[in-house]
Amino acid sequence: MSAKRTLFDKIWDAHLVAQPAGRSPILYIDLHLVHEVTSPQAFDGLRAAGRKVRQPSRTVATVDHNVPTEPRGTPITDLIAARQISALQANCKEFGIHLFDMDSPDQGIVHVIGPELGFTQPGMTIVCGDSHTSTHGAFGALAFGIGTSEVEHVLATQCLAQQKPKSMKINVHGSLGDGVTAKDLALGIIGQIGTDGATGHVIEYAGPAVHGLSMEGRMTLCNMSIEAGARAGMVAPDETTIAYVKGRRFAPRGAEWEKAINNWRNLPTDAEAEFDKVIEIDAAQLCPFVTWGTNPGMVAPVTGRVPEISSMTDADRRAAELALQYMALEPGRRIEDIKIDRVFIGSCTNSRIEDLRAAAKVAKGHHVSSKVRAMVVPGSQTVKRAAEQEGLHRVFQDAGFEWRESGCSMCLGMNPDILQPGERCASTSNRNFEGRQGRGGRTHLVSPMMAAAAAIAGHFTDIRNWKFQ
Amino acid sequence: MNPFTIHRGRVAPLDRLNVDTDQIIPKQFLKRIEKTGFGQYVFYDWRFGADGKKNSDFVLHDPRYDGASILVAGKNFGCGSSREHAVWALADYGFRAAISSSFADIFANNSTKNGFLTVRLTEDEVANLMRRAHDIDNYSLTIDLEQCEVRDDQGFKAIFPIDDFVRHCLLNGLDDIGLTLQHEAEIAAYEYAHPPKALRTA
Repeated sequence: MSAKRTLFDKIWDAHLVAQPAGRSPILYIDLHLVHEVTSPQAFDGLRAAGRKVRQPSRTVATVDHNVPTEPRGTPITDLIAARQISALQANCKEFGIHLFDMDSPDQGIVHVIGPELGFTQPGMTIVCGDSHTSTHGAFGALAFGIGTSEVEHVLATQCLAQQKPKSMKINVHGSLGDGVTAKDLALGIIGQIGTDGATGHVIEYAGPAVHGLSMEGRMTLCNMSIEAGARAGMVAPDETTIAYVKGRRFAPRGAEWEKAINNWRNLPTDAEAEFDKVIEIDAAQLCPFVTWGTNPGMVAPVTGRVPEISSMTDADRRAAELALQYMALEPGRRIEDIKIDRVFIGSCTNSRIEDLRAAAKVAKGHHVSSKVRAMVVPGSQTVKRAAEQEGLHRVFQDAGFEWRESGCSMCLGMNPDILQPGERCASTSNRNFEGRQGRGGRTHLVSPMMAAAAAIAGHFTDIRNWKFQ
Repeated sequence: MNPFTIHRGRVAPLDRLNVDTDQIIPKQFLKRIEKTGFGQYVFYDWRFGADGKKNSDFVLHDPRYDGASILVAGKNFGCGSSREHAVWALADYGFRAAISSSFADIFANNSTKNGFLTVRLTEDEVANLMRRAHDIDNYSLTIDLEQCEVRDDQGFKAIFPIDDFVRHCLLNGLDDIGLTLQHEAEIAAYEYAHPPKALRTA
């Protein structure tokens, strides 16, 4: 094909199975990730229609949303959660799907284990019944979240009928300063374009600041694409990507590896390919951010204040008033004066080894404020083992952080890890929605370093001034 | 799936922007393994206090909106989590459609699979409907998917955009898994050309 194409176009074109006239194109799905919360009704649908899972070998399951982060082996006291977990176990057995179960050494958050086991690869189409599936776009894959009806559709057909989204390029010039992370880049972008700024679009993140990120950083960035409303976020594969995938358990080997990397090197967007929308960001203008409201677009620099609402449009002002009422904050309050009760370091956004290293570096030699309860929840059993080999768990425990088992945990509070009403939390997760971490809980989104520093100081503090020990 | 052709019903105004699916159906209700019975939990944390008592200030508890089947809401409705439980909850509560100036992509996709219509109008039109629903007792609208039109009997009329294929499926209540499986030969040919190499070692 001679037309100049984007990374997104190339993956889309390579997966078109059929383009029936007057209908949505049918797209082949290379990898389907399944978890306990959004799948039981899909399996019921298959049974009711007498259908099978078309490609069990392209389907991978784990338990993450509901699992307690108490030591494994502790009985699950939430009987409804236990029922959902056993439903997934039974469904995987019945339909022949590999399940990384509670007791598996590979269990973890679906968006952490996919990449670390080498399932996630450049050029793939990847779906999961979870909006943060956009995470896998960090590898130059087209990865997006779907609902349960579409989970059933993919189980039955290994395809999805989809209209092609529009394309958006977010070009990040320059480089991120010290203490400014991929999380801050994501929050900075959402703060600028809004939580619906990318609705209907697939974002390609480009530019030196993006390609300067590690794979962990790219995953954090792509993970948050959905918080800007995007269908997916992606970063073109480069040598950093290839080095990460190489040697992972389910990555191609030998001759297949050589063939694969040749294909991957052809994936990046052609020069002069056109996007429907382009946004330019100057990395040098970014700083550590803290959200002050009830959606991820309500962000302020850590050195700033809760914004004045008088200058906002009517609709935005009303939304900001409701948010501030819920958050028990007032316009003009200095961000660094906001005291916290809880800290959560974890989630599919920020629970990988690099995130834990960054947080541990901050925590080392300090102690969590006596007013704060702080938890570290590794993204997977693999991350947990790696951290323990490096002694990070000791650093956290010595500093007064709880060191827990892997899962989604307090990101969405489906397990016992929740905020109490009125508690204020510095969280490395992705959503500060009302009640997200527990009814009446108040969530501020930050990077892992900023969360660790807040745990110790008892309030938000600019990581760029931190006294590392 | 129940077809959606033409629907007339009472309108409830939810005057908030960026209503996320965590609000539509809070997480504590996602542990059910059925598709039914979610209606009682819709907007739970807004409808009920922490003590379980009804919050009479919330719009759905205003007797003027009893039995409403059309929800009008601010932009970016259904953002956040992919949970289809949000659509199941709205539909189970009795809503057939939501009207907003924009919907989050996954929510809109999920809606079409459940015979629930997401109607996109301009911000001005949505503001107009919000006012009418607020000011006029027993305010009702007709949503006509044949004509792609929303109208009341007091002079409001607006056309809404919708993908032709989605409209076709909604009008006829079609199961799109069945439609995709009509392409069995093409899927099989694709799979023959693209065996699942990477995952074979599993």
